Amino acid sequence: MGRLQEYKMNKEDFPIFQNHKDLVYLDNASTTQKPKQVINAIKEFYETSNANIHRGIYKLSQKATEKYENSRKIVAKFINASQKEIIFTKSTTEGINFLAYTINSIIPKEKDEIVLTEMEHHSNLVPWQQLAKRKNMKLKFIKVKDDFTLDMEDAKRKITNKTAILSVVHVSNSLGTINPVKALIKISKEKGAITIIDAAQSVPHMKVDVKNIDCDFLVFSGHKILGPLGIGVLYGKKHLLEKLQPFNFGGGMIKKVSLENAEWDSIPEKFEAGTQNIAGAVGLAEAIKYIEEIGIENIEKKEKELMKYALEKIKDIKDIKIYNSEKNSAGILSFNLKNIHPHDIASLLDDYEIAIRAGHHCTMPLMEKLGISGTARASFYFYNTFEDIDKLVEGLNKINEKFNN
Amino acid sequence: MSHDNLSEKMYREHILELYRNPSNFGEIKNPTHKHTETNSLCGDEITVQLIIEDEKISDVKFNGSGCVMSMVSSSLLTDKIKNMKITDVKKLDKKDILELLKISINPARLKCVLLPLDSIKGALK
Repeated sequence: MGRLQEYKMNKEDFPIFQNHKDLVYLDNASTTQKPKQVINAIKEFYETSNANIHRGIYKLSQKATEKYENSRKIVAKFINASQKEIIFTKSTTEGINFLAYTINSIIPKEKDEIVLTEMEHHSNLVPWQQLAKRKNMKLKFIKVKDDFTLDMEDAKRKITNKTAILSVVHVSNSLGTINPVKALIKISKEKGAITIIDAAQSVPHMKVDVKNIDCDFLVFSGHKILGPLGIGVLYGKKHLLEKLQPFNFGGGMIKKVSLENAEWDSIPEKFEAGTQNIAGAVGLAEAIKYIEEIGIENIEKKEKELMKYALEKIKDIKDIKIYNSEKNSAGILSFNLKNIHPHDIASLLDDYEIAIRAGHHCTMPLMEKLGISGTARASFYFYNTFEDIDKLVEGLNKINEKFNN
Repeated sequence: MSHDNLSEKMYREHILELYRNPSNFGEIKNPTHKHTETNSLCGDEITVQLIIEDEKISDVKFNGSGCVMSMVSSSLLTDKIKNMKITDVKKLDKKDILELLKISINPARLKCVLLPLDSIKGALK
């Protein structure tokens, strides 16, 4: 580990681990635990700054507005966007649904195809199925190869002049595969498609720079990056957000209203109707500050070491099948034990205080392609330790014994 | 361990034994009724095939793949409904399944043990 240990990548800042001393938490792809700094920032907001934002003339409202907008600034800087390009949402899912409902306002009528991949989470699949049905569009799926990576030759065939939208997961929540989003976007741009990245599993774990990737839109959730539940982010390029129709209408998003008509406010307010999750935004900003203090590159490095160690240890377990693209994968480890259902693995690991997820991980079409009903999935974050992995391996060996005796 | 070992209680040896050697697993050639039910939790499917004669279940088989809980529950339930009147089968509920299993079920796994009942009820619709 060497230098990495200088950073506070441990469990001490996380109250959940004080309250559950034996907990081995390996379900970070679902949600991450929260450091006390984030919990305190939310508490402090409610205790010292709580008021509704915008148009409050009094000092407290101005303070709340400042905190909210400062949070936007912190998020923007973190992914190399500008402040006006950040819209707060509830979650990744909400961000994608928002786009699925509004995107027709910026795509040319003659383009009628939506390109996704076979490894999308249901949240980046079902909203597009619905859009395709509403607008009579066609869905196309880039194939996943046997090594659990995307078939880029297939991508080149499927992305054409008819492609209106390319929406792709950056890191697969089921396999951990890191997709070559930059290359996919380049191909799509040449064909004039709008590009969307589901970054729910990448932003918390690696440097994501929207200018470098050059995507038109990118979505992620706060709770997967140490932030509170119920806050998410939609990034969009300024010139596109300006053209995009709002989805939620009401207070806070208008410039002028008469009984019959309304004019929209400028971006990003145009997309934030109703009272926003102000404390959520404040908590997310604090989470990002926490991440930046450690350094996202250091987090990436630590997770790589954890994953390398896990793969090394787990491969010797009897009758294990691993679904992982070793050369290009983030800290997500999907596997099955022969003749043991993933839910049985998860139930039994729970006895050893090991929390993993089991099932289809909201990627049913991918599971069907792999010919399985689901997998057991351990997913890491920087606060996990090598000891956590040892306990997982020990637990899996015990389960094997129980079933095979 | 800091809490009750619920799973340890669920996965007793007699349960695992039944999982390894399920009863009524397989197919009936010409069923009068058939239904497949999916567990939304995991996507597992259980298909139930029935032969109904004189308002009674004269034969039943199930197939599909699933976890220990759904397989064992299917075995026990199909044993129970053999020769039962349809009107009585329709009255079966969660309580009856838990009685059959004779183990406490972790709430997260209730859907798994109720899957065969849903499948049988679907076949009788």
